[in-house]
Amino acid sequence: MNLTAAELLERQSTGDLSAEAITQSFLARIQQVEPKLRSFLAVDEAGALEQARAIDAKRRRGDAMGILAGVPIAIKDVICVQGQRATAGSKMLEAFVPPYDAHVITRLKEADAILIGKSNCDEFAMGSSTENSAYQTTRNPWDLERTPGGSSGGSAAAVAASEAPLALGTDTGGSIRQPAGLCGIVGLKPSYGRVSRFGLIAYGSSLDQCGPFAHDVRDSALLLEVIAGHDSRDSTSVDRPVPQYAKVVESPVQALVIGVPREFFNQPGAQATGGLDAEVERSVRDALKVYESLGATIKEISLPHSPYSVAVYYLVATAEASSNLARYDGVHFGHRAKEFAGLIDMMKKSRGEGFGAEVKRRIMLGTYALSSGYIDAYYLKALKVRRLIRQDFDRAFAECDVIVGPTSPTAAFKIGEKTGDPLAMYLSDIYTISANLAGICGISIPCGLTKTGLPIGLQILGAPFTEEKLLRIARMYERETDWHKRRPAV
Amino acid sequence: MTTHRIIIGLEVHVQLLTKTKLFCGCSTQFGLPPNSATCPICCGLPGTLPVMNREAFHLALKAATALNCKIASFTKWDRKNYYYPDLPKNYQISQYDLPFSSEGWLEIELPSGPKKVGIIRAHLEEDAGKMLHDEHAGKSDSLVDLNRTGTPLLEIVSKPAIDTPEEAKAYLEELRLLLREIGVSDCEMQEGSLRCDANINIHVPQADGTFIATPIIEIKNLNSFRGVERALKYEAERQANELRRSLDAGAWVVDSSRAKAFRDYAVIQVLTQRGSEVAKATAGWDERTGRTEIQRRKEEASDYRYFPEPDLVPVTVDAAILDKVRTELGELPAAQKARLQSQYGIPAYDAGVLSRQGRAFVAYFEGVVKTCGDAKEACNWTINDLLSTLNGRQLDINACPLSPQGLGELIVEIKATGLNKQRAREVYAVMLDGLTAKQAIDKLGFKVVADETHLLELVRRAIAANPKAVADFKKGKVKAADAIKGFVMRETKGMANTEVVQRLVMEELNRG
Amino acid sequence: MSLSADEVRRVADLARLELSDADVDAMVRQLGAIVDYINQLQQLNTDAVEPLAHALDVHDVFRDDVPGTSLSPDEALANAPARKDDFYRVPPVFGD
Repeated sequence: MNLTAAELLERQSTGDLSAEAITQSFLARIQQVEPKLRSFLAVDEAGALEQARAIDAKRRRGDAMGILAGVPIAIKDVICVQGQRATAGSKMLEAFVPPYDAHVITRLKEADAILIGKSNCDEFAMGSSTENSAYQTTRNPWDLERTPGGSSGGSAAAVAASEAPLALGTDTGGSIRQPAGLCGIVGLKPSYGRVSRFGLIAYGSSLDQCGPFAHDVRDSALLLEVIAGHDSRDSTSVDRPVPQYAKVVESPVQALVIGVPREFFNQPGAQATGGLDAEVERSVRDALKVYESLGATIKEISLPHSPYSVAVYYLVATAEASSNLARYDGVHFGHRAKEFAGLIDMMKKSRGEGFGAEVKRRIMLGTYALSSGYIDAYYLKALKVRRLIRQDFDRAFAECDVIVGPTSPTAAFKIGEKTGDPLAMYLSDIYTISANLAGICGISIPCGLTKTGLPIGLQILGAPFTEEKLLRIARMYERETDWHKRRPAV
Repeated sequence: MTTHRIIIGLEVHVQLLTKTKLFCGCSTQFGLPPNSATCPICCGLPGTLPVMNREAFHLALKAATALNCKIASFTKWDRKNYYYPDLPKNYQISQYDLPFSSEGWLEIELPSGPKKVGIIRAHLEEDAGKMLHDEHAGKSDSLVDLNRTGTPLLEIVSKPAIDTPEEAKAYLEELRLLLREIGVSDCEMQEGSLRCDANINIHVPQADGTFIATPIIEIKNLNSFRGVERALKYEAERQANELRRSLDAGAWVVDSSRAKAFRDYAVIQVLTQRGSEVAKATAGWDERTGRTEIQRRKEEASDYRYFPEPDLVPVTVDAAILDKVRTELGELPAAQKARLQSQYGIPAYDAGVLSRQGRAFVAYFEGVVKTCGDAKEACNWTINDLLSTLNGRQLDINACPLSPQGLGELIVEIKATGLNKQRAREVYAVMLDGLTAKQAIDKLGFKVVADETHLLELVRRAIAANPKAVADFKKGKVKAADAIKGFVMRETKGMANTEVVQRLVMEELNRG
Repeated sequence: MSLSADEVRRVADLARLELSDADVDAMVRQLGAIVDYINQLQQLNTDAVEPLAHALDVHDVFRDDVPGTSLSPDEALANAPARKDDFYRVPPVFGD
């Protein structure tokens, strides 16, 4: 099933394929590759087929079909689906069944999409490799010894390996864009406030956004159109109309000005962000040449505070996380320890047992950053630098349409390679993190393969609420190349 | 040497009169079956988000305006982080450094006159749930009911400017009256819609003119206004005794060089033998034993790690919104009292009594004045007889059986006929059954005797019958005339026109 | 080292996390390295800069005071680790 969502919709409307046949086909594919990939924590075979049959019946009746009718989609397990377990990749929520749907799920159901399963992720979305999942390690379909990236690694691997044509992930510091880059697919982080966070198990509340994984830009646009829009249950969800992204994606942007931050590349005199792989850099520069050939102007810009973005992120995100995860204490829901001496001990043991090492580290870091005596030097300081980072982007977008660079410093790394050094793991998000701090939108599209056949991602960043332009610009490149048509051999 | 000075600050939480909770659509009704008014949001289930209740913010604005506070044009929400089973998210959404209102005051009536008690701030926050203790089969558990979680609370913090336990009670009563009057809260301590913690310490004068300050104690578990007064009285005494004992035993070292200014005198904080200040402590009030129980003094205050709530956006308040609120509030007690005095010429005390009964009561009084034109009489009748009737029958002014016009007509009748107070009260009593003044007078068969010829005859008879009184009067005892008047009144069974009788008695006595 | 073992224990207590001695040692090392890295923020002069807590410049979002649907006690307690009748059951709070 190498068809894109757009193709699947087309084939259903001509009567060539039924939703049931499509779903059967993907379920078979999942069965075939899951033992190797472990992308899914739960596959809802019966439920998916039931949904598919209902969609086919609806079509036969001549009812109006939702815009994703019959298209299977994998859902990252931090997004709540009513009546199905949501583990957030953690033992803490092993038995948790939410009594409600996330807003994005409601939208998907309204669009007649098929919810095929919950995908694996780093625990509570904390990680860059999906190795922090308490359940299983997902493999990169391009090289089973390597990680698919994280934290939405399961969703990225599922789409890359054609276990589903579409997937939903979440991005707090790069968790959609980075795995998309490492798995050779398209991943988009919407502007903060573009998509409702209601029903998304919170990690960094001022940073989190749900977004689409797809094979190409058009599919990505389609999925974004479905999930974007105001939700009165999320105070930070913005009340702005949703453009018809899929319709406009084909029209190129004229007089395009692309900003390239000098800080992103290893240049003498510039702030080194450490470890940009030569092959990655070459692919990115080649991509910029493609844009030039299309008439774009490439302009060097500066984001002077970007080298501080990892430090700022690991104060802001962990501070918010330390508070968001305080509710997991074994009292009202979630894992409760079996043996304890009194209430406080019960809480400490439940949390000690239910959380993995990386989650505990971040909770500790966040608690420390907010604690009396340290809050000024750490948390509040970080918020101030955050404003400087945002101002850098405001200035940049005044002189260019989008900012382009690598999605990650390297291609997919080996499983176990960075787990011993948390800081090294954090630094792999160096290019993606600042977009979350500033609330802007960003997309990763495939732009090459390394000599050893590993995908390389190109990141395009846009000003807040300019997803329409972002998608059109991404599509400009996609039209000239065929990286998005490559598939792993798995 | 002056006795110790008491410093009290009150922290009051009132539950706002909204239909639903602060961040979700669950009911705020009191007394519902356990865990029957919760939803994923107030339970803090993963993925849920808060959305601010418009009416809650509106009521909070009303309250803060009525308390003469400065309203912030920009206000934000913060998380107060601590772990407790009645707080499902293990943080409370509250306000920390930018509360929506600050620097107000509440005027209270003291025997010595009115006093403005300063208010430091009033802010909005969500309530926690309830916990019960459960003992069974030798084991004990705590049980949690989250119905109350997420209910909107207004926290009002007074300045430490209350000087006596009686003042504290007056403050609470005044606050309750005000907030009920403007429809912000029920303020029922029994139902928990008003809660109060009291902070108290004392300043004990020393020979050198400085004062020693005892550590501040925060008293919790106060369940009634009387309880607040009693607890503060007890605690002030206890602190005085404790300090005295400790000083006698040489246990506390005091250092004059560290004296700080407080109002108009210098205060030295109590120090331990190691030279560090004794931290504030918490005490629980036991209503049964009538004592405070100090809980273990904490070495350090809780670290709440306040930070801005990322799930809620800030709120702006502009002049237009404030104007609307002020208009909606109408006349507030202090302004009302001043107006009643200036417009009707009634004394401050009376204006206070009227105002305290609420707007509907004041409107009643004004209705009586409109009918009879005599503010003094209207006031007397309203705050004495009418109020007594209402209290006795446990009626609200809105259910009063006698209309303001009716009472006004009674006053007009009394003036016209000269009916005396005692008889007038009898008429009033009958009017409560629904009769007009004239009808009541008829029913009672009261006919005021105003016939001067007849009255003159009675006066002369009275003079003849009371030679001693007459003699006393001629000697200069003006009050002796009362006996003459009384004789006439008895002869007419109280029906004589009092003004005419008074005039005639004076004329006859002065003549003869 | 930026953090002492005592500080790590204090923070773990604040965060209600049980850490073994080995965990504490690991935290001292790992958190220490991270905090060292983070300390580079002190190089920046931010005296004239306002903190940015919200990425959006949005204000005044409210909902009307209109009743919504509540969960039944059974629905509310469906995920509860322990219950008694219609209450959540927890061990007693000792001497607070």
